[in-house]
Amino acid sequence: MYWEKDKECMAREDLEQLQLERLQSTLYRVATHVPFYRKKFKELNIDPDGFGFLSELKTLPFTTKQDLRNNYPYGLFAVPLRDVVRVHASSGTTGQATVVGYTQNDIKTWSNLVARVLTATGVGKDDVVQIAFGYGLFTGGFGLHYGSECIGASVIPISSGNTKRQIQIMQDFKTTTLICTPSYALLMADMMIENDININALSLRYGLFGGEPWSEQMREEIKKKLNIIATDNYGLSEVMGPGVAGECQECNGLHINEDHFLFEVISPESLEPVGPGEVGELVITTLTKEAFPVIRYRTRDLAHIIDEPCPCGRTFKRMSRVIGRTDDMLIIRGVNVYPTQIESVLFDIKGTEPHYQIVVEREGHLDKATVMVEVVESIFFDQMKKQRQLVDHIKKRLATELGISVDVKLVEEKSLERFEGKATRVIDKRKL
Amino acid sequence: MLKIKNLEAGYGKLRVLKRISMHIDTGEIVTIIGANGAGKTTLLYTIAGMIKATAGEISLYNQNIIRTNPESIVAAGCSLVPEGRQMFSTLSVKENLVLGGYVQRKQKVDQKEELQKIYDIFPVLKEREDQLAGTLSGGEQQMLAMGRALMAHPKLIMMDEPSTGLAPLIVKDIFAIINRLRDAGNTVLLVEQNAKAALAIADRGYVLETGKIILQGPAEDLLNNQDVQRAYLGRDVSTEGAQCELD
Repeated sequence: MYWEKDKECMAREDLEQLQLERLQSTLYRVATHVPFYRKKFKELNIDPDGFGFLSELKTLPFTTKQDLRNNYPYGLFAVPLRDVVRVHASSGTTGQATVVGYTQNDIKTWSNLVARVLTATGVGKDDVVQIAFGYGLFTGGFGLHYGSECIGASVIPISSGNTKRQIQIMQDFKTTTLICTPSYALLMADMMIENDININALSLRYGLFGGEPWSEQMREEIKKKLNIIATDNYGLSEVMGPGVAGECQECNGLHINEDHFLFEVISPESLEPVGPGEVGELVITTLTKEAFPVIRYRTRDLAHIIDEPCPCGRTFKRMSRVIGRTDDMLIIRGVNVYPTQIESVLFDIKGTEPHYQIVVEREGHLDKATVMVEVVESIFFDQMKKQRQLVDHIKKRLATELGISVDVKLVEEKSLERFEGKATRVIDKRKL
Repeated sequence: MLKIKNLEAGYGKLRVLKRISMHIDTGEIVTIIGANGAGKTTLLYTIAGMIKATAGEISLYNQNIIRTNPESIVAAGCSLVPEGRQMFSTLSVKENLVLGGYVQRKQKVDQKEELQKIYDIFPVLKEREDQLAGTLSGGEQQMLAMGRALMAHPKLIMMDEPSTGLAPLIVKDIFAIINRLRDAGNTVLLVEQNAKAALAIADRGYVLETGKIILQGPAEDLLNNQDVQRAYLGRDVSTEGAQCELD
């Protein structure tokens, strides 16, 4: 199923023509209307009128989260505020909030692109979509809301939180599609299992999950527990919100809406493009945004590009799942560790729960990482020997996966803090 | 069908077109809107081969036509309806049309049949068949210019300001005909100062300003774009609110 087949399946050559046209007019607009870019282009001696090839993209300057903060709140808008019909802001969990704006056309484009992502999962106008993402300044709720309305689905804008009510409504309203973070989906699933709710009696068929990195094992867990098709989708408010990329039913990478966004993958250290298929930081340039265009925005999300034809027929390249962030990447004793790696190990081990926390501290000059893992109750009642065996087993597996040894501590079921939005998996006590 | 990349052209030292990139797909009406002197006509003349490009690529059906002479471009399927009609005013309507089919002379075409096709679209030309072109009204002349271009069996028809100097009612007719041409499977590149009328029938549009494409997108989006409204549609958004209050 396609939403805009002529676009989603367009020939590479036509796509590149369109990208060039759109990039050229975007460059003109940012150079004319955004002082930040005008100054940057001047400093770097770039003639925005002289841009002629997509391959020249790498000569353009980056835009960073710090640039967005420095221009708080409206400094990077390319249209006067009276043309802006909506303002969103990032949560500001990692510092001062950043503000983005949308024109009427931007909202229309946004709805359409989210509609593509929903359609690719299989969601249609007969579906009942429960949106358990936060509404408000966060783009997740509204973006998926617009997309769902755009395809004609019935939207339940329940927003995040109040898990009990979520489950009640899911049963009563015959929700077919659940939209939230993957960790929240699991939390709901567990609560249903705990309360003896017959999951097979639900109308649930699809789940679109995003907002935080998750692993293939977590997908399997969700699929198994909720009995649904679970797809990954990607977006960030600085670029638009959800709708930037999304998986089709092949569940093997997220199709990038390349007619609206140009993707690059760079090494976060050298800032040079990585080799084909290598993991690096995603850098995104918007091609159609009117109110808030960005040139080469450094997302700090780590992924790689899959440049192979997809059986679904879409010609847009795919990005892998986000395997981490350049800023949640832990460097433990010089080794790069992604929390999702730990997650995938835990999922494989019987007796552990998908809830864990990584505590990193420094003892003397040495980093010490402890993984706190919830285990099923029965293990706590069992003999010490069994517990020790499990700890050793997890340690060994983690050491193989991560390349460093970490401590493992078993904790009782439900003793770790639960999160209704993005889960905080890492507690870094080191002072850098 | 038509792809243009980084096209540059001008007159002498004057650089009029700056890195123009645009494309037209089969069956579309694409419009180029812009103010006087933005480079709209220069762009059409460069595609038609009447002005030589100084840089860039123009490909028609994947064939580079940037060094091709105008008559071969017409033969390749790209016809121009020039601004101000430019007909041979001392020749009859029929003779003007026959001249339009000149590139088809080597093909064995039935001229009568060809003329009849044009008369089906523009019945008024049939009535005026033997009249001198110079004696036609403005609207009829525009129809003749369009008919003459169609005689060459173009795959792409380029029209330069078809609404110039015509009464509003006639403009409506002309645009209705352009719409019909598209419905009949033709592809149209329409250059217009009358942005509102052009965007109303077009699928997509490009906004040309001082030789640069500054905006492009679906016609509907351009109609909604505040910059386009202020600059080309004569709506002053900033004063509208104030007017409401006065009312």
